[in-house]
Amino acid sequence: MNLASNTAVAGMIATIVLSATAGDVAIAAAMEKTGDLSEIWKARGWSGAVGAVLGNGLFFAGVACMAVSFFALLFSLSHADVSLIAPAAGSLTFVANAVAAKWILREKVDGRRWIAAILVCCGVALLKG
Amino acid sequence: MTPQTVRTMPARLTPGKFAVLAVVALTASFGDTFLSIGMKRLGPVPLSHPGLLIEALLSPWVVAGVLLLFGFFASYLTALSWADLTYVLPATSFGYAIVALLSKFWLHEQISIARWMGVALIVAGVGFVAQGPAYTRRDNEGSLPSGALQGAGGGGRQ
Repeated sequence: MNLASNTAVAGMIATIVLSATAGDVAIAAAMEKTGDLSEIWKARGWSGAVGAVLGNGLFFAGVACMAVSFFALLFSLSHADVSLIAPAAGSLTFVANAVAAKWILREKVDGRRWIAAILVCCGVALLKG
Repeated sequence: MTPQTVRTMPARLTPGKFAVLAVVALTASFGDTFLSIGMKRLGPVPLSHPGLLIEALLSPWVVAGVLLLFGFFASYLTALSWADLTYVLPATSFGYAIVALLSKFWLHEQISIARWMGVALIVAGVGFVAQGPAYTRRDNEGSLPSGALQGAGGGGRQ
């Protein structure tokens, strides 16, 4: 693979990671505001649960970001091996999400969760071996 | 919001909620695999013809992958409604390990030492995060008892 090709693949992976992280954070924030879907389902049924989700603007922002990530994934899979794209994008997304969850969602990302994120990140990267 | 949006935040998950996490893991892994098969059969999509990505939606493999990813999305939303993002993502990553095991024992593929090491690291990571609480409060007070936020301004994680 030449330099231009490497740069293009890196750009594809960066696009997937950034858009996926933005989507995850927006959707996590939306579901945080919505509340426990299991309980909403029990109380108000299927339509109530769907209505609760669709009534949140952040949800649609998250879906838009995930759509970008999805088409970026499709695009990159047609140019590079899934054994490269999936582990690279997957592992980097774990770390990006942990950072975003701490600083944007203000989750308590303690040592246990950092270790888990790093172990999974390294593990996913090794899966291409 | 109505009081129906009761929020429960147990420190330990119920078997049903673990099942939701399992569905997240399995649908994501199999969905990605199906999409990969479909896109490889379609061939490279040039930047000058992005419309080919829409054409890809006619492939049965891509359709099956998209349907699985719908299942993933529904279960993922459900999981995020009662657990942190930094809990859900590592906890559902064992799907990678399941796919590796299926590849070895069902498809009889060769799995390298590095890949087995990757599976071991993922399983260790899942074990780490699964031992902790699924949800952490933003104000550093730890988990609330079940139903503590019932009817409190919409029942979200405030």
